[in-house]
Amino acid sequence: MTDATERPRSPEARPVANVPSPPRRKMAPIVPEQNIAGRALVLVIAIMTFLSCLTLGAVTLVRDSASVWENQIARGATIQIKPSDGLDMEAALDSAARIASGFQGVKSTRIVDRAATSRLLEPWLGANLNLDELPVPRLVIVEIDIASPPDFAAMRSLLASELPTASLDDHRAWIDRLVAMARTTVMIGVAVLVLMLSATVLCVVFATRGAMAGNGHIIEVLHFVGAQAGFIATEFRRHFLLTGMKGAAAGGFGAVVVFIAFSFWSSMNLATPEADQATALFGNFAIGSAGYAGVVLIVLVIAALTAATSHFTVVAYLAEMENRHPDH
Amino acid sequence: MGPEILRDISFHIPDRSFQFLSGPSGAGKTTLLRLLFLALRPTRGLITVFGKDRSRISRDELPLIRRRIGVVFQDFRLLDHMTTYENVALPLRVRGREEASYRNDVIELLKWVGLGERMNVLPPVLSGGEKQRAAIARALIEQPEILLADEPTGNVDPPLARRLLRLFLELNRLGTAVVIATHDVGLMEQVDARRMILSGGRLEIYD
Repeated sequence: MTDATERPRSPEARPVANVPSPPRRKMAPIVPEQNIAGRALVLVIAIMTFLSCLTLGAVTLVRDSASVWENQIARGATIQIKPSDGLDMEAALDSAARIASGFQGVKSTRIVDRAATSRLLEPWLGANLNLDELPVPRLVIVEIDIASPPDFAAMRSLLASELPTASLDDHRAWIDRLVAMARTTVMIGVAVLVLMLSATVLCVVFATRGAMAGNGHIIEVLHFVGAQAGFIATEFRRHFLLTGMKGAAAGGFGAVVVFIAFSFWSSMNLATPEADQATALFGNFAIGSAGYAGVVLIVLVIAALTAATSHFTVVAYLAEMENRHPDH
Repeated sequence: MGPEILRDISFHIPDRSFQFLSGPSGAGKTTLLRLLFLALRPTRGLITVFGKDRSRISRDELPLIRRRIGVVFQDFRLLDHMTTYENVALPLRVRGREEASYRNDVIELLKWVGLGERMNVLPPVLSGGEKQRAAIARALIEQPEILLADEPTGNVDPPLARRLLRLFLELNRLGTAVVIATHDVGLMEQVDARRMILSGGRLEIYD
């Protein structure tokens, strides 16, 4: 191929004097900046990213709260000793506390003394209760090291052999129910997130295809002036990656602002009834670092998806052009 | 499958040749040019381009072959978001060339086709004749081995048509084979050249 710089010039070529040459500005991009479809694409991506990030934030919030609840309950166990004839309750309590303390994974034990037991029963049985007159069970609270919990089965059998009226409640029933509930909640959240992300993917794919539809003539011209498929695909991919980034970053930023605003509201309203309610349910109502990392991940995935969609659309368009027949 | 637009056609375009492709509207001139330009696949028959069988050219090879062919479309196909200068420079840009290496060539060619004053203008504000000249300049910028022009003088006045014809003849003299599809009998009469007349899907050649 002849290089243009060596192109022999026509003898008729007479450069016209005083013609302004193009200013040395940056060349226009091969894919035009933005048209209406392009701006709509940015908006659609921003909205879908925002909603996906909010869903993700809600899921992480529930998951974190559930794990906090679980930890709080798992931190303790209770030994209950029922009174029986001839049982020295105080000695039995001491002995139960001693047995429990002997296990690895038990941080401390605390006997709920007579005064505390009376206070516990006061709402039902009234003040000035004489514990000796009633067969009231007594409690030993065992604080557990969550990192390495003790062998509850061994503790239960040792207690049963030494103190037949003692029973150990490791809160397992509560924990199991709570874990089941938390898992269900997180699974529902994840299902909603998956649906949300699928909807986002489809929206981004269709909106990108829509924005691409107006660029068919550009692909054709590039193709006819000898551009290779890789060159054309790269130009479009770069353009749509930028478009996707703009939309996704705007949506992600919006979601982060909402997260921060909630956490700010929560900290401003500490000690008000509304905030107490929210705190009881969601802990400190703050999105953890996993939530923020998720936002960044969603933004990147959506931008990449936009670029990939434009790439495949260009490749499909080019393949279709190559295979056109005269009667089609 | 629709009716066959072209059939039983056999011809050869020699190197450095100059010919007109003529015939009534709808005879298939544009289709024939698009087949030559590898923009269409024939439903049957053999097309050999630069010694290669069209059906055996891979997709990766197509752009490299197209770079040896200049084409002027009837509807110009200029990109509206690029200036005249950028449109004409596009074939060089897609080859990955630096602007500094072709800038003067593009400016010189634009001046020659009379668009020196219009190089920073976007196509929507160009007249039909100016768009035509920009499209021709884009096809010529890399001095192709063969130039296919579809009604290249359809939108210009007779003096400019004669000037463009001289440009095509000059290009041919410098070694480019030229095929000009045209209705314009007046244009064809100015040059004693081979004429290929399409009619009813068949081709007659008058050397």
